[in-house]
Amino acid sequence: MSNAHSNKATGPIPDNAATKTADYFDERLGIYGAAKKNLRKVFPDHWSFMLGEVALYSFIIILLTGVWLTLFFKPSMTEVVYDGSYVPLQGIHMSEAYASTLDISFDIRGGLAIRQIHHWAALIFVSSLFVHMFRIFFTGAFRKPREMNWLFGFLLLVLAMVNGFTGYSLPDDLLSGTGLRIAEGVVLAIPLVGTYLQFFLFGGEFPGTDIVPRLFTIHVLLVPAIMVGLLTVHLILVFYHKHTQFPGAGRTEKNVVGLPLLPVYTAKAGGFFFIVFGITAALGGLVQINPIWSYGPYHPGQITAGSQPDWYIGFLEGSLRIMPNWETNLWGHTISWNVLIPSLVVPGVMFTFIAAYPWLEAWVTGDKREHHLLDRPRNVPVRTGLGAAWIAMYLVLWIGGGNDIIATHFHLSINSITWTMRVLFFVAPVLAFVVARRIAMALQRRDKDKVLHGRETGIIKKLPHGEFIEVHEPLDAERLHFLTSHEQPTPAALPPAVDENGVARKLKPGEKLRVRLSRWYFDEKVEKPTAEEYKEITSGHGHH
Amino acid sequence: MKKLSARRRHPLAALVVLLFALAATGGLYAAFAPAKPAQAEGAATALSDIEEGKKLYLSGCSSCHGLNGQGSSDGPSLVGVGAAAVDFQVMTGRMPMQQQGPQAPRKPVVFTQEQSDQLGAFIASLGAGPAVPREEDYALEEGNNAMIAEGGELFRTNCSQCHNFAGEGGALPDGKFAPSLVDVDPKHIYEAMLTGPQNMPSFPDTIMPPEQKKAIVTYITGVTKDEPNPGGLGLGRLGPVSEGLFVWIFGLGFLIAAAIWIAARTPKARTK
Ligand code: HEC
Ligand code: HEC
Ligand code: HEM
Repeated sequence: MSNAHSNKATGPIPDNAATKTADYFDERLGIYGAAKKNLRKVFPDHWSFMLGEVALYSFIIILLTGVWLTLFFKPSMTEVVYDGSYVPLQGIHMSEAYASTLDISFDIRGGLAIRQIHHWAALIFVSSLFVHMFRIFFTGAFRKPREMNWLFGFLLLVLAMVNGFTGYSLPDDLLSGTGLRIAEGVVLAIPLVGTYLQFFLFGGEFPGTDIVPRLFTIHVLLVPAIMVGLLTVHLILVFYHKHTQFPGAGRTEKNVVGLPLLPVYTAKAGGFFFIVFGITAALGGLVQINPIWSYGPYHPGQITAGSQPDWYIGFLEGSLRIMPNWETNLWGHTISWNVLIPSLVVPGVMFTFIAAYPWLEAWVTGDKREHHLLDRPRNVPVRTGLGAAWIAMYLVLWIGGGNDIIATHFHLSINSITWTMRVLFFVAPVLAFVVARRIAMALQRRDKDKVLHGRETGIIKKLPHGEFIEVHEPLDAERLHFLTSHEQPTPAALPPAVDENGVARKLKPGEKLRVRLSRWYFDEKVEKPTAEEYKEITSGHGHH
Repeated sequence: MKKLSARRRHPLAALVVLLFALAATGGLYAAFAPAKPAQAEGAATALSDIEEGKKLYLSGCSSCHGLNGQGSSDGPSLVGVGAAAVDFQVMTGRMPMQQQGPQAPRKPVVFTQEQSDQLGAFIASLGAGPAVPREEDYALEEGNNAMIAEGGELFRTNCSQCHNFAGEGGALPDGKFAPSLVDVDPKHIYEAMLTGPQNMPSFPDTIMPPEQKKAIVTYITGVTKDEPNPGGLGLGRLGPVSEGLFVWIFGLGFLIAAAIWIAARTPKARTK
């Protein structure tokens, strides 16, 4: 393709095999046109824009290694007696699923490495999704026209967590089974339909023999297929909307400044793929993960201390662990608040908030314009604070999920950790909000200072009359633009209570709330320096 | 030397000195006591052992466990706990207890094996209880694979809920914990099962026959302790928590560093 591309410029196209092949495909697929249009696409360059790439690459690694695993994994609960090469389990009765995972680990060449790469890649995948999402959130990249893509990304995150959980449950080891047991408890706690749903999912009493084959289909077929579909749409939309960019000289809502897809961006992205693959493979080869042989096969009568899910389900585990043991009995039916609230209500609210945030913010700000320039997080302090609060709440739950490990390693009482987390669940988000918002404001103030008084150079000068001053150097125009180009919306206000005819005005429902929220977002601000201010200070006596 | 002088001011220093003194007196006494004519094993030895044990007991233990082992507000009754309990408690350094806490932890041992046996003999004379296991009860059977597998099954059924799948230990309510089994002597593992120290249930022979205990000991010592991690670095064998921390700090940490590095390498002329 690049061949065809460059030849256009230099002269007649030589009639070699490559050109012929390319021509063959062009006549049937129109690749020249597509390439011309797309290869000239420009990508802005910032490290945080590569977080999504980490997600993409680790997903590819998961798919490749996952397909390999399906060649050897047997999703069956048929009981077998283990006779493989792992001595401590020889002669033990176990499911075929567990035995085949042992075989992958010990008797199939390279099996353990692939399993471990698959699992590490899954952990990296979900972590990269979170940081990718946080990047989008804090820079406001979810604003119009990208709300739908935010939603697709959000669905990918949820599906990734679901698929991770189903994968974790497949090998039928002690931790898998314990996790499924908890999942069963959660299903059972759903009022009215819980019991039916549980029977439907498990095909009978827990654990039964249906669940592992069913999970297998979900894990390798259903969810990955949906994910590949969503991912494709996600990436097409990124292409179609074009990538956002940070403000800067020459960057507007209408252009994209960056690197051409070919060759620079492709080279960078390709190189990065190998770095991601390299790090994942190094982890898989060097660091043990999910040693199912130590856990032993699942048996409903067994359990181990340190039963935890993979990290991305850890917040649910923590939520369950710190919840007080509340139940009510209504007409002979138990409502298990102790399971319902932590495993359905809390994550339900937290994740719905994420999914809905672009629309929430648009409603509050009333902003219906398109945005292709990103916000610097400091310039939208309330949003930044909200993000910090969400992360704080998530972290508290996450830490709660490891309360036993923390207790044993720091010689603390597990009860006091649990109580601390209960309090922090409510306090930490508020604190995080306040602190993050304050920091954002302070950074804005510093920016303002820099604009008006220049950059501190660290050079101390002694004036003739003996005073010491630090020399400030004015910023260059590019920097000045960068620091002052953000918008500062004015908060919404209620219209006068009566209209021009003296008739009491009818407010749209929720308008009062909207105005209040808008004030909360935008009332308190660090006014940007005005051009007059700037002129006055820079032309006059200068530094102080 | 420096370390020692720094520790002199530790609040427990006085206690340690006292214990050393006590132990030394006991040792000296044993050394200088009129040598008895060689005795046949049996009742006579036991009798002198009981005597010695009583002396040690009165100086080191009675303040908490009462003059006749009947117990006090500071320590439970020792009547009927048996020599196995004493051997376990004393030879893992748990007793004599030093500090009231959620649970008496493992400490450096202050008595010799002989003194511990004497203490055991004395406590056993107060009321019958499990005796110290004999070596063949817990001696490892190298290469007995069936026993290892059985031990693993029993371990996962009876022990891992508190001690973790790899014997790394786990938390119990109110600051109590099931300790790591990684460095525990086979004998003490056996005794722990026999006597059920503190919050651990006991597994007397009626519940768990000696063969099964031996299998568990074999599994713990042979597998959880000595097995290399086939997958690479073991991360403390704590399960998914340490894996999760690791992936964030090293996995994602490296990747973000790589992203920053790559993004910084930009052909400058093109960005403008
Ligand atoms: C400072 C007080 C204190 C001293 C001194 C002390 N103990 Fe204890 N001992 C305790 C307490 C308290 C317990 C109960 C531990 C628990 O359950 O948490 C205990 C438990 C025991 C047990 C276990 C009892 C059982 O039911 O299994 C034995 C055996 C024992 N002590 C022996 C001794 C011996 C032998 C000495 C002297 C070398 C000694 N103790 C010194 C406080 C003490
Ligand atoms: C209910 C939880 C529980 C169960 C089940 C349990 N233990 Fe324990 N175990 C404990 C606690 C708590 C201690 C600490 C006791 C102490 O410090 O005196 C302990 C101590 C021990 C010790 C002494 C460790 C040391 O550092 O000296 C050994 C050995 C041991 N257990 C082995 C076992 C074995 C083997 C089993 C299974 C047959 C088992 N435990 C089952 C809770 C448990
Ligand atoms: C098409 C995609 C995928 C295929 C074909 C696939 C295939 C498999 C197979 C066959 C297993 C069981 C064998 C074994 O682990 O030992 C497995 C396990 C697992 N999978 Fe996947 N997988 C896919 C995607 C994912 C995704 C997206 C995630 C998470 C985000 C994931 C996470 C896991 C985990 C955590 C395990 C646990 C088992 C272990 O420790 O090895 N997988 N996968």
